Amino acid sequence: MEQFLQQIASGLANGAIYACVALALVMIYVSTDHINFAQGEMAMFSTYISWQLMTWGLSFWLAFIVAVALSFVMGVLIERLILRPLHNAPVLSIIVVFIGLLAIFNSMAGAFWSYLIKEYPSPFPKSSFGIAGVIGPHQLGVVVVTLIVLGLLFAFFRYTPLGLAMRAAAQNPQSARLVGVRVDWMLALGWGLASAVGAVAGIMVAHIVYLDPNMMGGILLYAFASALVGGISNPAGAVAGGFIVGILENMVAFAGNAIEKSTGIYIIGNGEKLTVALIIVIFVLTVKPAGLFGRVVVKRV
Amino acid sequence: MTASRKWVLALTVLALVVPLLKPIFPDQISDYRLFLVSTMIIASIAVLGLNLLTGFNGQFSLGHGAFYAVGAYTAAILMEQANFPYWATIPAAAIVCFIVGYLFGLPALKLEGHYLALATFALALAVPQILKYKWLEPLTGGVQGIVLMKPEVPFGLPLTEDQWLYYFCLVTMIILFWAAYNMINSRSGRAMMAIRDQAVAAETMGIDIALYKTVTFGISAAYTGIAGALSASAIAFVAPDSFNIFLSIKFLIGLVVGGIGSLAGSVIGGIFYVLVDNSAQALTQFIKNDLGLSFDLSAYTVFGVLLILIIYLMPMGIAGGIYILWRKVKPARG
Repeated sequence: MEQFLQQIASGLANGAIYACVALALVMIYVSTDHINFAQGEMAMFSTYISWQLMTWGLSFWLAFIVAVALSFVMGVLIERLILRPLHNAPVLSIIVVFIGLLAIFNSMAGAFWSYLIKEYPSPFPKSSFGIAGVIGPHQLGVVVVTLIVLGLLFAFFRYTPLGLAMRAAAQNPQSARLVGVRVDWMLALGWGLASAVGAVAGIMVAHIVYLDPNMMGGILLYAFASALVGGISNPAGAVAGGFIVGILENMVAFAGNAIEKSTGIYIIGNGEKLTVALIIVIFVLTVKPAGLFGRVVVKRV
Repeated sequence: MTASRKWVLALTVLALVVPLLKPIFPDQISDYRLFLVSTMIIASIAVLGLNLLTGFNGQFSLGHGAFYAVGAYTAAILMEQANFPYWATIPAAAIVCFIVGYLFGLPALKLEGHYLALATFALALAVPQILKYKWLEPLTGGVQGIVLMKPEVPFGLPLTEDQWLYYFCLVTMIILFWAAYNMINSRSGRAMMAIRDQAVAAETMGIDIALYKTVTFGISAAYTGIAGALSASAIAFVAPDSFNIFLSIKFLIGLVVGGIGSLAGSVIGGIFYVLVDNSAQALTQFIKNDLGLSFDLSAYTVFGVLLILIIYLMPMGIAGGIYILWRKVKPARG
């Protein structure tokens, strides 16, 4: 039973990370209809920035804030400089540009900081934090931090004029422009926010998966699965999807372990995590593309 | 005989003759260079496979590395477990990859644009793990992969191993490009392109979209799978972690550089990515050893920048760009 609770807790912690990355993906998808394949690598790059700042002597939380702020600027710049000119480009061009960004971020991180795996510290005190035997201090910390970030984002979008303007720009750009919203800048801000949320996820997960240029590959795949499960057009759904997929991932591994213990037959375990995510992605896309909470898109032919 | 056909014929003859000139130019035509050209040929076939799907049928794939992996592993397992000769693994890999591609094409029917890219991207990310699956380990050798023998020169021909490999790849490539050329210029090829350009109109004309899309997916996977099988023979080694997402990105760069929807472009794209891959390694050595900087220049930085630049500057790829320049330089004949 205790093991089961541990699995749930670790699922929640992973789910919090997936929720952040999935939310970043959805924020870009809702406003521009693009799926940002470079989201994971951008988050990885931000995490390296925070690591670099820490080696220069900044404290964890100061490095965290500076890295997240820099990621915001990076997101805005990418939108303004690289994606803006491709506003009306065909889908394939956009996908190719995202893959190009992915390759650039990945190889630049490797070039600056080498491909060697690095340890990344956890800011949460080991002694007082967490519940013994159920949830570790870092896992609890991850859940708390991501919930705070998600809460702040929700408040921003729900209660501030700027948040309202951004939602308007995403939902109905033409009408938003007519009432004086600067839609182009709203899209760039959305990119900045997505990049910042991704950075939070990267910094939080780095202690668990260790720091290396390919650390976000699997997490990005799970974030895709989360966004799709929750409905890729629904931000709240993406967050819910993140937690659902995080718990599901651990439950599958748990069930696989239990089967192996009782019958001795290995079916599925930690080595198949990405395969599980692939199956979720393809299953949701083909069976219920709108996800659990998404809007069904009706296309006029 | 049209001008372009003459060019193709001339280049083919050149490709066939050059390795035989080795006794005359021993320094220029080394075995290593021939091996490099062989890997370029293999790359061209893989890019052609992706081009048939994306360029001619309008379906995106960011996961063609998966089919390359299936082809390579099919060849390697058949050679290792069933003592297949290396040449017999090529049709076997084609058949296996056609089936796998066809099956993947079925769910892909429901997906368009971004979603298909997403599904294939997910596939590419998961491939190394699938290859390491515990139950497949007796076949795939797990993390270690499979070590193979290089193809031997048959019939006592006076060739080196690398020369023979080169000819084997070259002949395979000529056959595959000839087949692709004929397919593109047939009724089926026009149907494929009609689906790409206007699916609704194509359906109204009586084209079975589901059939064409899935079969194209199968053929495309078979082409890339053949390239994978050739690479298994050429490198004489397969291991799961070499079939990661970046392999699929290489095919994409080949596709974009060469030109989407261009047969000749597939060759240019294949040559290009192998060339950049190799020169980047040499350049990194130079930076590290001669300049003493600890900066690992990766080929992927070059690839990434080029992907973005080409989308801005040469949306038709290098082949398309050259063609447009050619048309500008050469006055049109009446």
